[in-house]
Amino acid sequence: MIMEQQPKEKARIGVFICHCGINIGGVVNVPHVVKYVKTLPNVTYAEDNMYTCSAEGIDKIKAAIKEHNLNRVVVASCTPRTHEPLFRGACADAGVNPYLFELANIREHCSWVHMREPEKATEKAKDIVRMAVARASFLKAQEESEVAVDPTALVIGGGISGLTSALCLANQGFKVYLVEKEPELGGMLRKIFKLYPTNEEAQRILEASINTVMSHKNINTLTNTSIKSVDGYIGNFEVTALKDSEEKKFKAGTVIIATGAVEFKPVGLFGYDKYDKVLTQVDLERVLQTGKSAMNKFFKPQRVAMIQCVGAREEKPPRAYCSRICCMVAVKNAMLIKEWYPDSAVYILYQDMQTYGKDYEDLHRKARDAGIIFINYAKQTPPEVMPLPDNRLRLTVYHALLGEKRDLDCDLIVLSTPLVQQETAEELSKILKVPLGQDKFFLEAHVKLRPVDFATDGIYVCGTAHGPKDIGESISQAYAVSSRAGGPMANRKVRTEAITAVVDPDRCVGCRMCEKLCPFGAHRIEEGKSTVIDALCKGCGVCAAACLRRAITMRHFTDDQIMAEVKTAFLTEAPKPPKAPTV
Amino acid sequence: MSEKTSILVIGGGIAGIQASLDLAGRGFQVYLLEETPTIGGRMAQLDKTFPTMDCSICILAPKMMECFRHSNIKLLTYGELKEIKGSVGNFHVKILQKPRYVDQTKCTGCGACAEHCPIEVPNEFDMELGMRKAIYMPMPQAVPRCMTVDKENCIECKLCTKMCQAGAVDFQQQPQEVDLNVGVVIIATGFNQYDPSEIVEYGYKKQRNVLTALEFERWVCASGPVGGHLLRPADGGIPKKIAFIQCVGSRGSKFGAPFCSSVCCMYATKEALIIREHAPDVSVYIFYNELRAFGKGFQEFVNRAREDYGVNYIRSRPGEIREDPKTKSLTIWYDDTFTREIKSLCDVDLVVLCAALIPRESNKKLAEITGIELDECGFFKVTHPLMAPVDSTVPGIYVCGYCQSPKDIPDSVAQASAAAARAAEALALVQAQRTGDGA
Repeated sequence: MIMEQQPKEKARIGVFICHCGINIGGVVNVPHVVKYVKTLPNVTYAEDNMYTCSAEGIDKIKAAIKEHNLNRVVVASCTPRTHEPLFRGACADAGVNPYLFELANIREHCSWVHMREPEKATEKAKDIVRMAVARASFLKAQEESEVAVDPTALVIGGGISGLTSALCLANQGFKVYLVEKEPELGGMLRKIFKLYPTNEEAQRILEASINTVMSHKNINTLTNTSIKSVDGYIGNFEVTALKDSEEKKFKAGTVIIATGAVEFKPVGLFGYDKYDKVLTQVDLERVLQTGKSAMNKFFKPQRVAMIQCVGAREEKPPRAYCSRICCMVAVKNAMLIKEWYPDSAVYILYQDMQTYGKDYEDLHRKARDAGIIFINYAKQTPPEVMPLPDNRLRLTVYHALLGEKRDLDCDLIVLSTPLVQQETAEELSKILKVPLGQDKFFLEAHVKLRPVDFATDGIYVCGTAHGPKDIGESISQAYAVSSRAGGPMANRKVRTEAITAVVDPDRCVGCRMCEKLCPFGAHRIEEGKSTVIDALCKGCGVCAAACLRRAITMRHFTDDQIMAEVKTAFLTEAPKPPKAPTV
Repeated sequence: MSEKTSILVIGGGIAGIQASLDLAGRGFQVYLLEETPTIGGRMAQLDKTFPTMDCSICILAPKMMECFRHSNIKLLTYGELKEIKGSVGNFHVKILQKPRYVDQTKCTGCGACAEHCPIEVPNEFDMELGMRKAIYMPMPQAVPRCMTVDKENCIECKLCTKMCQAGAVDFQQQPQEVDLNVGVVIIATGFNQYDPSEIVEYGYKKQRNVLTALEFERWVCASGPVGGHLLRPADGGIPKKIAFIQCVGSRGSKFGAPFCSSVCCMYATKEALIIREHAPDVSVYIFYNELRAFGKGFQEFVNRAREDYGVNYIRSRPGEIREDPKTKSLTIWYDDTFTREIKSLCDVDLVVLCAALIPRESNKKLAEITGIELDECGFFKVTHPLMAPVDSTVPGIYVCGYCQSPKDIPDSVAQASAAAARAAEALALVQAQRTGDGA
């Protein structure tokens, strides 16, 4: 195990024990604990405070450090979650490295949970402080450092999410490489006719975005281009792209995945590959795109039925999810057909109408007012399609709410199928070392609070690559990644944690266990040995726990520090000075 | 780029917190304005979150603390916006900070004052199901950790002044006006819960075993009024049967709001799971109209509730909840839309009304002061629902979270970051214009 060399000096520990008003002092006999602490090895000074965290308490810590030449500080009070930064700051102000500070929690871990047993609580408080003091003797100074960040973003995918994100970042003054695998920008929106709920033509919106992006001096657009490899880490990615089978290399500080999704092709479902009058919603969009007069040549629909949840909300992953947008897509297209062909009958066969929120509920209502007929079918009794001699299709559906079977003889059946992940996503997830979920969409760092981040810093996701969503939601996320990636790029640097893993190369055999387990992609194997990228390591310790060769040490949580604490926890008599108090 | 430009964020819930952290993290000076004594907002009141079942305050509190500690964020809690003038890049803002009657620089939040305060009033944070004192902290994780005197209920016995060993109680405090110059403004005022008492058939506030969903969140929360025990509100008895009713005052024209609140199907499912985990012998029923599980991992979550936890989903909008005057137990009358029969569910111990979540009434005043427009429902309007989802109708003022339209926590967090990006973008463009650099 690596022992960092530091000047040897005897530990001189100051201990500050807080009453926290009555929170601790009302249960624990604080003066008694102070008296006890003074007998512990390496403790140079001890006192109690009414509120150690008050301005007065902080000043007292600083003064004691100076007066007693302290080189370690222990505060016995509340939780490090809220107060450790404050006390570390006080140490730093008085010239003691903040990592030579230790907090003993005698409130949440003691007085609050043992408020009816003051004597036992006092004994426990003594144990907790003794453990903290033992650990403090072994603490070492640590430094936080910085990594420079190249203010250039790589945006992968030139659909509406990628376009929006590229433009927002470029307007903030960052350089952007926008990479699109197709010959043209635009992605899924290219295939769409009109957008809900505003009923605008998708192409008009798209053209405006593309023109602004193409003319922006900060954006370098690469079409017909795929990503071959991405090495490095936040601030310092080295990208190799393939444009028309020619390699292009460039550097980027951040990477944004905006690769979108594709429509599920319902092969073998509801006669999709048997009858030409069975389309998906995207097939229908393309017919609608040609305009009403062109469509008239194709046919004039008399009776149209749309079936929801085709290939979605299945029993098992990967397509167990609801695709979020299909109900609105169906409602929008049903209303359009009704508008073009007022005499036609348009049906939507649904399980649950997912017209959530403010605008979509309204859209749903308008569709009903416009005469669209909604039929509820249960998942267990899906509709069936049979061909009729006159080239029409008979759809037999059990109306779950009316409790009766109905035959609908249709001249067009439209299947609402879910958005699914791109085939290329698997490869991209390997190149960038970021995960996919059970549904095959990119899996964010935290479903609730980090919706567009990955656990690995410097890589972000937006739009339908993250999961099905509509244009407004995709654009919200596209802006969101522009903020998340914009932060480190605006600062031109990121701070690295002081508490990181250190690999002893003499012990490491390059088994790759650490690389495989690290949730943050911080371990890289170079020349048969693992190395840690400090900028990515969060100090979680998974690698150190798993390393069979015991080649990995966690800074600030070394074995000797933890063992000193553990050993002293089980002491029954007065402690003797630890063997190696001077480190 | 003009760093250290100031930004005002209005609303200290999860959306306002996220926007503040994003912007402060890149060097802007952020003022985070919150009308109550603590930041945290609605998310702080929730017990757990769907679909991960994370403890809500456990994942929120670190972010609240980060706001408090951040050198680029100044919290203006217990304050309100009075005036705003100017335009993007240069807004002049007046804020009124109400007196807490406690010196924030001295108070350590130890709570000795509250312990001795003789006045008890219903605690708003616990949806008035529990009590607090006239000098109080709304919740244990409050940020800033400072007591507040509720002057309306205080009898000025000054016991708190005597008990405070830090000498923090100060009845001489006056309201303070704060003047700021900010480049942009972000609004994130969240939501309120519709009061379903006008739907007399459900007997809310008359039948004590009927709660709203937000009340239920506090009721089952370990930090709530009954310490997280699953009890009948009327008599503290142990429940055996609990039911949820969806779309109470939502999606209708008769009562409440015309829109769908977007989150109720999922939080009801989550609360059902909490119940089944807590007390596996309690049977749970969810009366729904359309099960909306459209977010990432949501349908899978509902499947789990149905199959692994045995939650019963019934497609129906109940007509009446009737209380047995003796036992206080409830009977739910509903028509089963599949069998087309009128049915009843008897001996229900607790009914949770999943009431519409509506924009705050105070949005109207905020709209008046800032000049931004509201839509017919009271949400803040955006200039284009698809292309500009966070741009209000006034340049330089951005909106995010539920106050823009119904949405869940991840969508609110994403929108908050989106508003932060738009803010940074606008400031960069203003700066470029000033220096004559046509960005």
